[in-house]
Amino acid sequence: MSEIFDIAFISGLIGATMRMATPIIFATLGEILSERAGVLNLGIEGIMLMGAMTGFLFTFSTGSIWFGVFAAACVGMLLGLLMALLSVNLGLSQHVSGLGITLFATGLAMFIYRLHFGSPTVPPIVEPFKQVTLPVLCKIPLIGPALFTQYSLTYIAWLLVPAMSILLYKTNIGLKIRTVGENPVGADTVGVNVTLTRTLCLVFGGALMGIGGAFLTLAHQNMFLIDVIGGRGWVAIAMVIFGNWDPLKGTIGALIFGFMDGLQLRLQSVGLVIPFHIFLMIPYLLTIVALIGVSRRAAVPAGLLKPYRREEKGG
Amino acid sequence: MIRFRIIKREPLPGWAKVVIPIAAIVVTLILSAIPILLAGGHLWKSYFYLFHGALGTRYNLLETFVKASPLLLTGLAVAFAFRAKFWNIGAEGQLLAGALTATVFGVHMGSFPAFLVLPTVIIAGFLAGGLWASIPALLKTKLKVDDVVSTLLLNYVMVHIMGALLFGPLQQPGSSWPRSSAIIEAACYPILMARSRFHMGIIISFAAVLIIWFINKKTTFGYRAKAVGTNIRAAHFGGINTTSVILWTALISGGLAGLAGVGELCALQYRLIMDISPGYGYSGIVIAMLGNLHPVGVLFSSLFFSVIIVGAQTMSRMTGVPTYIAEVIQGMALMVMLIFLLFTEYKIRVKRK
Repeated sequence: MSEIFDIAFISGLIGATMRMATPIIFATLGEILSERAGVLNLGIEGIMLMGAMTGFLFTFSTGSIWFGVFAAACVGMLLGLLMALLSVNLGLSQHVSGLGITLFATGLAMFIYRLHFGSPTVPPIVEPFKQVTLPVLCKIPLIGPALFTQYSLTYIAWLLVPAMSILLYKTNIGLKIRTVGENPVGADTVGVNVTLTRTLCLVFGGALMGIGGAFLTLAHQNMFLIDVIGGRGWVAIAMVIFGNWDPLKGTIGALIFGFMDGLQLRLQSVGLVIPFHIFLMIPYLLTIVALIGVSRRAAVPAGLLKPYRREEKGG
Repeated sequence: MIRFRIIKREPLPGWAKVVIPIAAIVVTLILSAIPILLAGGHLWKSYFYLFHGALGTRYNLLETFVKASPLLLTGLAVAFAFRAKFWNIGAEGQLLAGALTATVFGVHMGSFPAFLVLPTVIIAGFLAGGLWASIPALLKTKLKVDDVVSTLLLNYVMVHIMGALLFGPLQQPGSSWPRSSAIIEAACYPILMARSRFHMGIIISFAAVLIIWFINKKTTFGYRAKAVGTNIRAAHFGGINTTSVILWTALISGGLAGLAGVGELCALQYRLIMDISPGYGYSGIVIAMLGNLHPVGVLFSSLFFSVIIVGAQTMSRMTGVPTYIAEVIQGMALMVMLIFLLFTEYKIRVKRK
């Protein structure tokens, strides 16, 4: 037992934590952006799957992995736009429109994949991202090599966390977004375009979700499987609540999930007697437990779930 | 400049409730031409095989009912929960809980009198689904945990519980596959029509429509659930025990989904396998919305969906369009229906400035 907890195990675990957290960080940031503007986007799971499929398909066809990531972001934006059309412009129930997007995008992802690849016995693969070792930083003893040998997308995710915090808390745009999420009527009164703000947040949030999905088929794995997302979109929704709609706290949640996911993979590979399904279950269970802890003090954006229609106040 | 504004309209007459879903289905079928053409399928041939495959022969027609049965139950499960604004997105996990529990009883009740076996299996499956659904209901009412997220996450927990058991204690002795032993014969649903798979579960699911309709319309519980769904605070101040209403709603909703799992196990598979449900729990959400949360609406929308799912297989075989077109059509149907429902309450006014 003791030899599995050596340095190699721990540094492997750190690396795996960062890898497994990356898609959740992207998705959580995307969801925070949408929810801060007042729209719960339950389309996230489907958008991630479409991102995963599109990223894979474009990388496979063009040979350029960054083009794949770009395509995944574009598809995420399109689906974010569709979500905006349903839930913002038409003011439909956010719960139902989001679930509709997820179901539609899930079907579409599998449909397009089958259309393009048929049903091969051996799934097609792409040349995935290579891990990049950052000079200097990787020299830090113990954690350095594990922490700073990552995929480019992981580094981008790290940079996006402070970027999102600055956007939301330090810029004029962020102030507008938060006002629209907290008090749409007030925002409208002072001349902020509620519909446009919510739409743009959903569109760019969708792009992040799409990239999060693409990470799974272009870095974590090198093929597209139907269950590749495996509920990570829903986990991201939970992380938004866990992190109190704050990018940094949400990322901490994503890292905890990534740690559990990484631990589960490591423990599987050392061959413990406990069935591996028990480990697979743990991240989801812990997410629920975490929600119990935070639900009492959660600071939900006051305008969340409420469609905004000017007419309804007598216009 | 032309501006569009969405404004409230006068309530539509009663016939609209029938016409609008039909119109939504027609529009969905027209929109389905896009994926069919993208897949290079011949349009009219595809539509022909879609409907011929589902309704064209006696066997196919009965298969459509076989497919409708779990969809009807999960659709009712979701509709019943949504009516009380209990956002149960966990019908998939509750279905699996039902199938799993039914397997445990169905495999091990060999020494019991035969007439006891099937009722026990059915009740156990119902209760398992209901209890699994009551976890998020308890979390919602007692600890204020968001029900959308908890029901969704519990689906994955249940998948892994099933995996752990199918690779462990429930695994068929000598098998290396994740599958259970076969259930005993007394636990199988009787087949009601020769040369088909038309089974007792179909009757159960149709009976469930009547029962849910009765609960909704004729009982105080149905009234209370509606009140909780319309305005939980008002219901609370009106003296309704909202916690108990949500818990009972969850129990019945999860139970219905559990019955869908029992049906798949006892009428079709006869042993538990990992992919016992191709996502019936998720389809149930669309079906419930398409049926406007009304039991009779759910009945028709589940029949429509099973036509699409069964027909898509024939269509795929004859025209080469992937069977996943069924999922695409389901997703489109939901969105079209949502937009149509919106226009029962609102209309667009065009303004020129």
